[in-house]
Parts: sequence; structure tokens; C-alpha cells
Amino acid sequence: MTNSRESHAKIEISFTVNGEPKKVRAYPMERLLDVLRVDLGLTGAKEGCGEGECGSCSVLMDGALVNSCLIPVLQAEGTTVVTIEGLAAKNELHVLQKAFLECGGAQCGICTPGMILAAFHLLDGKPEPTIEEIQEGLSGNLCRCTGYTQIVEAVSEAVRRRTLA
Amino acid sequence: MNADPIVGKSVPRKEGRDKVTGRSQYVDDMVLPNMLFGATVRSQIPRGRIRKITFGPGIPWDEFVIVSAKDIPGKNCISLIGDDQPCLASEFVNHPEEPILLLAHPDRHLLPQAVKAVSIDYEALPSIFTIEGSERRSEIVWGEDNIFKTYLIEKGNLEDVWEKADYIVEGEYSTGAQEQLYIENNGMIAAFDAARGLTVWGSLQCPYYIHKALMALCNLPPEKVRVVQMETGGAFGGKEEYPSMIAAHAALLAIKAGRPVKIIYDRLEDMAATTKRHPSRTRHRTAVDCEGKILGGEIDLTIDGGAYLTLSPVVLSRGAIHAGGPYYWPNVRIRAKAVATNAPPHGAFRGFGAPQSLFAMERHMDRIARTVGLSPVEIRRRNFLQLGQATTTDQVIREPINLGNLLDRALDVSEYHAKKKRFAKQNQVGTSRKGVGIAAFLHGAGFTGSGERYLSSVVGVEGCSDGTVRVLVSSTEFGQGTNTVLSQIAAEALSLPYEYVSVAQPDTLEVPNSGPTVASRTAMVVGKLVQSAALGITQTLISSNLLHEGYSANEFRAACQQYVVTHGQFRCWSRYEAPSDIFWDDDKYRGEAYAAFAWAVYIAEVTVDLTTYRVSVDDFVALQEVGKVLHPLLARGQIIGGIAQGIGFSLYEKVVWQNGRMQNGQMTNYIMPTSSDLPPIRVFFEELGNIHGAYGAKGIGELPMDGPAPAIVNAVEDALGVPFDSIPLLPEDIMDGLAASLEENGKVSTVGER
Repeated sequence: MTNSRESHAKIEISFTVNGEPKKVRAYPMERLLDVLRVDLGLTGAKEGCGEGECGSCSVLMDGALVNSCLIPVLQAEGTTVVTIEGLAAKNELHVLQKAFLECGGAQCGICTPGMILAAFHLLDGKPEPTIEEIQEGLSGNLCRCTGYTQIVEAVSEAVRRRTLA
Repeated sequence: MNADPIVGKSVPRKEGRDKVTGRSQYVDDMVLPNMLFGATVRSQIPRGRIRKITFGPGIPWDEFVIVSAKDIPGKNCISLIGDDQPCLASEFVNHPEEPILLLAHPDRHLLPQAVKAVSIDYEALPSIFTIEGSERRSEIVWGEDNIFKTYLIEKGNLEDVWEKADYIVEGEYSTGAQEQLYIENNGMIAAFDAARGLTVWGSLQCPYYIHKALMALCNLPPEKVRVVQMETGGAFGGKEEYPSMIAAHAALLAIKAGRPVKIIYDRLEDMAATTKRHPSRTRHRTAVDCEGKILGGEIDLTIDGGAYLTLSPVVLSRGAIHAGGPYYWPNVRIRAKAVATNAPPHGAFRGFGAPQSLFAMERHMDRIARTVGLSPVEIRRRNFLQLGQATTTDQVIREPINLGNLLDRALDVSEYHAKKKRFAKQNQVGTSRKGVGIAAFLHGAGFTGSGERYLSSVVGVEGCSDGTVRVLVSSTEFGQGTNTVLSQIAAEALSLPYEYVSVAQPDTLEVPNSGPTVASRTAMVVGKLVQSAALGITQTLISSNLLHEGYSANEFRAACQQYVVTHGQFRCWSRYEAPSDIFWDDDKYRGEAYAAFAWAVYIAEVTVDLTTYRVSVDDFVALQEVGKVLHPLLARGQIIGGIAQGIGFSLYEKVVWQNGRMQNGQMTNYIMPTSSDLPPIRVFFEELGNIHGAYGAKGIGELPMDGPAPAIVNAVEDALGVPFDSIPLLPEDIMDGLAASLEENGKVSTVGER
């Protein structure tokens, strides 16, 4: 946990979040997760473990999947960040969000934002993954409700729909 | 009934859209103006007397709100079954995570340092950490004898069975603690003002448990305590009782501060301090005839309850009633006991005592099979409960369940016999061994015995001014699908589209007490009440001449709107009434333990690597009879999720204890399954129906937790020819077990030989 009263002064960080330029004043070692949730009100990223193990704080930073609980906000300067709030275009759900909804990929919902972003990242690099590749690709995101089967099925379904489109 | 039924259809999850877009509001997403953050100072020792508390240097203590036991307006306890657990320790501590002081400050980041800066001087007292230690009673740490609760279930007479027996089979089985590991940590926000009283918002399962606890603690009347459930990120029993403690802490800080206070646990605190599954030890001594029929037996179940009573008596009760499994015992004596130790109290976790005693029963069936010289299939087939026979509590099976057929279907879909043959050959060579294992089991739905009668749950259904319908229940959604299934039931009862129905946010100001969301009771018991309250809405509209039979959705909407315009608020209620044919004797522990049982046969296929001793589950078949499946997608999700937790319980999840404190309270060293650790889990349902449940539903949530552990450990024995009777079963345990077996047999090649 970062101590916000340490000797560093707050600095200004400029970055792009969900397509919009943002400026925040924050301590350099504050976690990106806290800046997103507290300063920008983007509470879709969740804290599950605070040590990069569960993946529920996953966001995309310059296209890479990162655990925002492990990223000092200093490191976000000049980057482009996408959170779950930036995935749906206006009112139209992303194909992954639809598939998660329809295939039972979300139960309690707490891992869902991170899981969907992890799936998005996987498909970005590998548009037609095998089941094993999906399982491997999502293995950094823990889910205690589903036993993962319906999550993997949701990702497969999204792939199928995208290929058809 | 709708022409196109909604029940039985996989309609979209009610709150699903908010969940996939990240819009759902969990407690940590909520911010109130002027809010402080709270933290808990806990005991550092397992047992002792507090001598002195010192607030160390370097912390601006004058900026903090500090609460101790002296600040409690009412009774210093977390009121549940008993009132033995203090909200804050005042003089004595009884476990190493016991709360002593509460701190609040506007800067969340300052709290960990402040907690560390409080030093407490203790006079240490002797402590106990094991069931055996508690039984020795060299130190009494609770009550007069370290015993929270005992039960005795007796049927028939054991006197002659030992003489008549061809075999007497004995075994001892144990299971470890297990952390629920919901991904959302526990958290609460409390606010207080003199006019409205106390309000708490939180991650929780049982709003009215918290309501009761806060009334006693704060000395407030019912209308001055309001409990609101936020979206809850997993619970599994882990948010049944401990949220009352956190709500109490947030409330005390908020009352003293005069400002709202938020307490959110981090993972380490959540894992170490909150409840886990009760560790257990079960001993079996069984008399069996030469045909493999059980003549009778003794079962001794003991669970470690930790430092306070909490829910241990109820967990023990379910464990004891399930201890005989789905088998016919002409004679049996089940002794069950919950003992005290100086660990943090153990509590509710999916299955609630049954996974512990059923692990023992199903391991023991394989031991009996080996002793008698029958296959695991045959020993079960010969002892299954049949229609008309009575369970260990003398509950006569009246539904036409045929466990033999269930077993046959599971063997068939899992290709059990073909696998057995193939593995026998395969296991002769190579550096791994394969095996298959069976578990047959049952799970009672709803509260045990007279429980539902005492709960006397109430459900409301409201016809709203816009002509839609709202379900009013304190039953909570935490992933399992409460909102969706109760909406389906109401829509079905009202012959309305699913979209016409919503479920109110659980808020004790708004919703009646429909009981706790536990014990696989929501779809079956609460659902049935929703069904009858919904029927009250239609009947009222029809008898008011606003609606006629065979109405359309639009006609309903218009009639409902009209009713509200004329009469104002339009709500119908339904209260639980025990079926007249359900009888339970609390003293003798006999009778109809549950209104319905779900039945299952699970089959696991494993590979054991002889180099690393790692067990991998390669295939898992789960066949169950759960009454009517109300929502196939959610039901399958419940089963797969429960099995994943069961695989963790069997093979991965070990709580490492030292002096009553969990040493591995992190996701890095307490290992739960990831997406690449799990086998294909193949789920099959049979649907007999159930007259006591909504549209024939039985409970489903807990059932899948019971079967995986015995099926997997039976499969490991099948692979290696060496029995293992304790879980979690880690690679090092297998290594030790194989070494011991080699030593015992004085030869090197027992592995794989049968």
C-alpha cells in the first residue's frame, strides 16, 4: 500500500482514458487503480488482492493487459488506458460483453470487468484461439464462482460471432 | 401457466448488463460525503488478558476517532445463536484475530501505520489449536468442557450387529479449513444520525442477521436500524455471519465520529480474520455382512469451531444428518460434537458440514468395498436407500428416486468401466498412474428440522404504479442468480413476460424478512412463497373486477396501474407454513430433517505424476437430481462453480496455521484453481420434481461442494493402490503416503499393482 504522505509532492499526470484526455494531480507512487477509481470515478476496475495475483483490477495500458494495482500512476504518464467503462460503444455492448451475458460468464460480477478485458487482450493478439489458449490466456484472472467453463464458452462464442460478422 | 413457460428457460441474468459493463455498485464503489475510513486493531496472541494499550509515537492520534469496548451503547456481543462473541475484546482475547480497538481517519493510507503503532501488553494464557487438544481438556478455553454442541442420532440397535458382522471396517478421515475466497473482500459503510438512526450498506448475505446484531449492540429499536445490501462479489457462506461484525465496527465508529465510516478489508485481513470452513475429523466403525450389506455402524463426527460458538451448532447438525450418506442403515449411532479452540471462529461455507462428513462416508465406502472384495460400484448399489426406506433420522424416502439408475447413468456417461479396463493396462508402465473414483451423495435443501418453521419467512410482491411487478425479499443476490430465478417464478405465476418483473434491492426498510440466503433454500423455499404472493396479486385484481382470467400482459399492466390509482400501495404477502406431513423432534433428532433432498453421483478421473506427485483431474462427470431445473444455464453454472471449489478443497487449498493464525492469507500462497487447472466438467440433470418447491425446484447451490473431494481421493487410491484419508491432498502428502506404503509392504513395486 502506498503512503500518500511520503515526502514526494503531488505531480500532474496526463494520459488518455477511454479515448478522453485526462489530467490528474496525484502522488507519483499512487496506484493507477486508486487514481482510476477515486480520482476518475471509474469503479469498474476492482481490488481483489492488491498484489497482482487475481487480475480483477486488469486494465489495458497502451494495449498491454496490466494489473492496475501494481502500476504507480507515474508510469501512466502519456499512455492510453482502456477500462471496462470504455469497452462498450455508447449503448451497444461489445461482442465479448454480450457473450459473457448470454453464456453465463458473469456470476457475482466482481472479476467480470478484468476477465472481459483479459479476453479482449487475448483476442487482440490471437483472433481465433483454441480452448487451451483461452484457458491459458485467462489464467491470470481468478474467478471463484464459475469454475471458468462458461467464461471460456463466452470467449469462444464471441470469437464465433466475430468470425461470422 | 404461460403458454411459453419462463421457468425452465435460460433468460438473461437480471443484473447481468450492469455486471459486464462494470456499472454494478459494490460497497467499495460507494462514496458518502465527509466519509472516514476505518480499521481494526486485533489481538496478536491466541489467548490472554489485556494488561495495557499504548498508542505509539509518530501518529497524529488527535486526528483519529478511536473506539473501544467502552464505547458500545448496548450489549458487547455479535448476537447470533449465542451471545458469546464480543464485538470488541475488553479484557480477554480468545484468538489471534480478535478485534480490540477501532480507528477511523479521513486518509485511508494512514490507517495501516496507525494500526501497527498500537501496542498491546498481554498476560498470555495457555491455548489450544487442535481438536485433540480441545478434547484433552488440560485447558478449558470455552464454557465448562470446551464443547459448543453435541448431537446424538440413534436408529435401531447396535448391540447384535458386531457379532453378526462378517467384516468390521474402521476408518478415520479428516478435512482441513478452507477459505471461501470470494474475489470481493468484505466491506461495510455505516452512517448515523439521531433522527433516522443507523444505516449500513455492505457486502453481505443476510440483512436481518445484521439488523438483529446491530439492535442489540447499539441498543436501538428495529425501525432505527437499516441494513442495505450492495452488489456482492461472491459469498459462499463467507458473508453469512462475519459481516455482522464488520457492520458493528463501522457503526460504532460512525456513531462516535458523527460521520459516515467505510471499512474495507484487504485480502490478508479478510483471509486471516473472517470465517473459514470447519476442520473436521470423522471416525467410522461399520458392521458389514458377507454380501457387502451394511448391518449397522457408529459414526463420530467432530468439528473445530474455533474460539466462539457462532454457527457451529448448525454446521454440526447438517454434518451429522448427512454423515450416513445416501445409504440404508438399519442400525446406526451418530455422535457429533463441535469443540472450541483458539483459532478465529470457523463458519459457514457452501455445504455447511456436509462436505466434511460426506468425504468420510464416501472414502469409507471404498474402504468397505476393498475389505469385502466388491467393486466401489457394487458396494454402493447394494446399500443405496430405496423408496420407502428410512434415513438415519428415520425420514422415509417418499419420492421415487432410484439411486441405482442414477449410478448407472453416471457410469455410462463417464465410460467408467472402459476407463477402468484401459487404466489397468496403462498403469503397468510409465511415470504416471491413472484412476477413476465415485462419490454418491445427497444434500438436504432448506433449513434443517424445525428451522424453516422458526424462520417463518415472509415474502412480498408489489404491483407498481407503472403496472410492472416488484419482488420484495431479503434474499440476496451474490452471483448464484437470486434476482433472475425469483423474477422467473413471479413472471410464471403472473403469466407475465420476465421483463415485467424486478427484484427490490434488499433493504430492511423496504423488504420483509424472507430469511437468510443460505442452505440452498432460496429457489425452493423463498421461491415457493414468491409464487403464492404473486398469485395474490392476480387474485386481487380479478376479484376487484379489474382483470379477467386469460388476461394479456397489457391488460395486466392497465389493471395494476388502475388498482394503484384507486387504492394506493399494492402489495401481497406470503408467510411460510410448514407442510403438515413434515415432523421433526428436536430433542431426539429424529424425523423429516429436510423437506427435500437433492441426489447425485459424481465420477472423477485423475492422473498422478509419479515424479512430481501432482494430481491432475482429467475428466469430471456430475449427474444430479435437483427437482425442476428453473434456469438451465444458471444451474449448470452453480454445479461447475461448486465442483471447482471442491477440486480446490481436495487438492490445492491448504490453510497453514501457526498458533491459531493463518500464515498464508494471500492469493500467492493460498492456491485456488485457475482456468488452466480444471478439467472438462460435464453436467447432467435428472428432474423428479418436488412438491414443496417452487415449480418443483429443490436446492442446488451447495450440492456440488459435497462430491468432488471423495470422488477425487477415491480416484487417487484407484490409481496408486494406496489410501489417503485426509484433505487437502497435496503432492507432499502423496509422496509421504507412497513412501510409508512401500515401507509397510517391504517391496518396491506396489504402485500400480492391484
